Amino acid sequence: MTAGRYVGQSVARREHRPLVTGHGRYVDDVTVAGMAHAAFVRSDVARGTITAIDVEDAQAVPGVFAVYLAADLNTVCGPIHSTLMGPNAPMPPMRALAEGDVRFVGEPVAVVVAESRAVAEDAAEMVVVEVAALPAVVDPVAALTDTENLVHPEKGTNVAQAMPDTGGPDVDAAFAGAAQVVTGRFAQSRGTNVPMEPRGLVASWEPGTGEFTAHVSSQNPHEYHAHFARVLGIDHHRVRVLTDQVGGGFGQKVFVSRDETCVAVAAKLLGRPVKWIEDRRENLIAANQARNEIVDLEVAVDDDGAMVAMKARHVEDVGAYAINSHASASGSMSNFITGPYRIGHLGFSSTSAYTNTVGRAAYRGPWLMETTAREQMVDRVARAIGMDPLEFRRRNTVTAAEFPFSMPGGVPIDRVSLTEVLDQAAEMMDYDGFRVRQAAALSEGRHLGLGISAYIEPSGIAFGALATEQANIRIDAAGKVRIMMGSGDHGQNTATTMRQLVAEYLGCDIDDVTYSQHDTTATPHGSGTAGSRTAVIFGGAAIGASKRLREKVAEIAAHLLEASPDDIEIVGSEAFVAGTPSRSVGFAEIAAAAYLAPDRLPPGVEPGLEAVHRYRPPSLFTLSNSCHMCTVEVDAATGMVTFDRYVVSEDCGPMINPTVVEGQIVGGVVQGIGTALYENMAYDPDGNPLASTFLDYVLPGAAEMPEIEIGHIESPSASEGGFKGVGEGGTIGAIACVANAVNDAIAPLGAHIDRLPMGPSEVLAAIDSAGGA
Amino acid sequence: MNEIPVTMTVNGEDRAATIEPRLTLADYLRSECGLTGTHLACEHGACGACTVLVDGAAQRSCLVFAVQAQGAEITTVEGLAEAPGEPTAVQRAFEDCYGLQCGFCTPGFVVSVTAFLRDNPEPDDREIREALSGNLCRCTGYGGIYAAVRQAAAELAEAQGGAS
Repeated sequence: MTAGRYVGQSVARREHRPLVTGHGRYVDDVTVAGMAHAAFVRSDVARGTITAIDVEDAQAVPGVFAVYLAADLNTVCGPIHSTLMGPNAPMPPMRALAEGDVRFVGEPVAVVVAESRAVAEDAAEMVVVEVAALPAVVDPVAALTDTENLVHPEKGTNVAQAMPDTGGPDVDAAFAGAAQVVTGRFAQSRGTNVPMEPRGLVASWEPGTGEFTAHVSSQNPHEYHAHFARVLGIDHHRVRVLTDQVGGGFGQKVFVSRDETCVAVAAKLLGRPVKWIEDRRENLIAANQARNEIVDLEVAVDDDGAMVAMKARHVEDVGAYAINSHASASGSMSNFITGPYRIGHLGFSSTSAYTNTVGRAAYRGPWLMETTAREQMVDRVARAIGMDPLEFRRRNTVTAAEFPFSMPGGVPIDRVSLTEVLDQAAEMMDYDGFRVRQAAALSEGRHLGLGISAYIEPSGIAFGALATEQANIRIDAAGKVRIMMGSGDHGQNTATTMRQLVAEYLGCDIDDVTYSQHDTTATPHGSGTAGSRTAVIFGGAAIGASKRLREKVAEIAAHLLEASPDDIEIVGSEAFVAGTPSRSVGFAEIAAAAYLAPDRLPPGVEPGLEAVHRYRPPSLFTLSNSCHMCTVEVDAATGMVTFDRYVVSEDCGPMINPTVVEGQIVGGVVQGIGTALYENMAYDPDGNPLASTFLDYVLPGAAEMPEIEIGHIESPSASEGGFKGVGEGGTIGAIACVANAVNDAIAPLGAHIDRLPMGPSEVLAAIDSAGGA
Repeated sequence: MNEIPVTMTVNGEDRAATIEPRLTLADYLRSECGLTGTHLACEHGACGACTVLVDGAAQRSCLVFAVQAQGAEITTVEGLAEAPGEPTAVQRAFEDCYGLQCGFCTPGFVVSVTAFLRDNPEPDDREIREALSGNLCRCTGYGGIYAAVRQAAAELAEAQGGAS
């Protein structure tokens, strides 16, 4: 289906009204009677042994209820691990509070609970933590061979995970026979998700019933539910997790952090509700981060300018405590690093390093270093053989005639539009016209550049805990429709898109439908909004349940209208006999029969009007794809990069709601621009984070951003509805696109940058080292 | 800690309280007045999510102590419209143009843009971008927000033209 009554339309997003008028309800807006407030004492040393902790003065502050240390909390806290990774995930021993030593600046050492946040913070400042500092491990490459300074002494190594080289004789032979071999090293800056709403929760344990309730800011409420049951040692069915509005997450709120874990345990220990709302400094230094990766690439090219083989060596920094596992992106990296190109041979290896920094998180496109490195490398190879980068990509891109093409990483490329997005982006950009403009500008001493980036995105990954989702749809006794899902929407407009699907496939008026994801005791188990899985997997579930419920509605309507179910059409919450619109019955009357007058139902039909469907996509990977092109101008005197244009050609299959799709693309692109040009979570050699405010951690702002032009190609996936995920692709494509544009602009100066971000000082340094402008 | 009496008008209602001098206006509005539409995202004046009108001027309420607002007239996002839940032209434009996703930064943008368009009813594109640069959004990439300001400006100009 490409455009239906609701599907494919940019229908109004009704959930926005409370948000624009100030009536949204985020976790900090939740107040519970008797609620206390938590503040953390965090380590200001990256690595060292705790020699003493003095809490006496803090405990004496009026209004302080408790000061908890590891001895209080860790001893009663159950196992900390994610449902996705399971209890046997390779990871360092997880602990709620630092115990015996500290391993990164920001690590929680104590939690103070008091009558107000202000009092809790006052008291937290009085806790004295004495630490005998040790040399910090900060550089991930150096960490791998450091046997003296260990982030986790019990591990005996700083190597968190090593994925051995997948290369072999075929790869070596391809390189030996190559006309040319080009090498490159690419580094990405450490960045962090920065949801505008920081993390937070209100945790309540009822001593009377033994039940635990938490209001959370989460992308994945059922994961929080399971986690709290585990760490608190409470039966799963006595836990309840509630989410209302969630102010962004971008991966940071998929799994429960140790800070949230501490607050939940504190609430149980104290026997009264505890609220913790993270402040921005905590979010910047203590919430998980991402992106600090280095890739060495070698590409073998034949005489015709075809890339025949690739070798990739990947090093990633997973910090001290990566979220819930070693959190390596190496698996997805190895699958997708050859991207849309006809590269037949791949040798890939990856090593993860523990460092004394905050741990690695999922962050929008967690594996995207494959595109960041590859697409910069493709430009480098094109330049090395003297070919235009667009022409070089066209020659190397897998064509539809070759589908299914098996990537050397093992994933088949199928149902994508790799050449089409290249062509559409080039046309939208007026590629040839730009090259003329660029040459003219250069003759006037102005440096314009064009960047290209193409990728294939694995959306809706269908393995293990991520493989399925469920929709429960109920037509209530008044004929109104409620969808219940365990999604964890944090700004994606899932309420609107799921309402569109249900209205379309069930046949009701969209204004009759509401969407609930708020309460884990009422919604079916879900694995959250992450990995660009909502449209594909939740969407498939919504369609399946709608179809089931529609059959029952038609059966009851047929009975009431004395017609055959096959002749019933359902539109606008009204069922009628095809060709005879006057013979109709509305949802209200059908529901009244189903719930209140079972004698009116057809014989053998179960009373009630609810349907449940759990959906698993047919493919392990539902592939979407895209090509980004942007043009920039670099001021060689100041190093400033300004955008000229930014174009995206995207294939996500049929769009449920074009406005929502484009919103995801634009937002994603700007986050990628941030990684490319501005954001840098730097640490000094002693492991001190250098960006703890928005004055140091520079986010993209409205004044610098380009207007993003979007073109759509539509090739349906094999999933129900044909949808493909689009949540992460904008970010995945943007980073290399911008890097390539900057490098294209400064290439005439002999300059090149292969480390992000490309801020003004980095651009000037590159120009200076190349001999100046 | 010493507490100080303070009075101000919030969304047209007279308010009187005795509060600690260190309480920010943002915390006062949220915790004492129950007006949770004003959001705190950075608490150091960089993101603009907590923007409210103080005697008509857009200000970051995390950088103002409540006691400094003694005698002032405060308008929060909840007080922009004539009736609760009824949107203004600016708020409708944010809805129409997809000027929000998670919505957490939205109240600050709405208040900033409301003051901006009152002071500069016919802004050019450069002025709009500069006006938006004091507020951070992490979801939208600013495209929808930018479009919302243009729509609201056009609508307000038309309303003004029709009224005169």
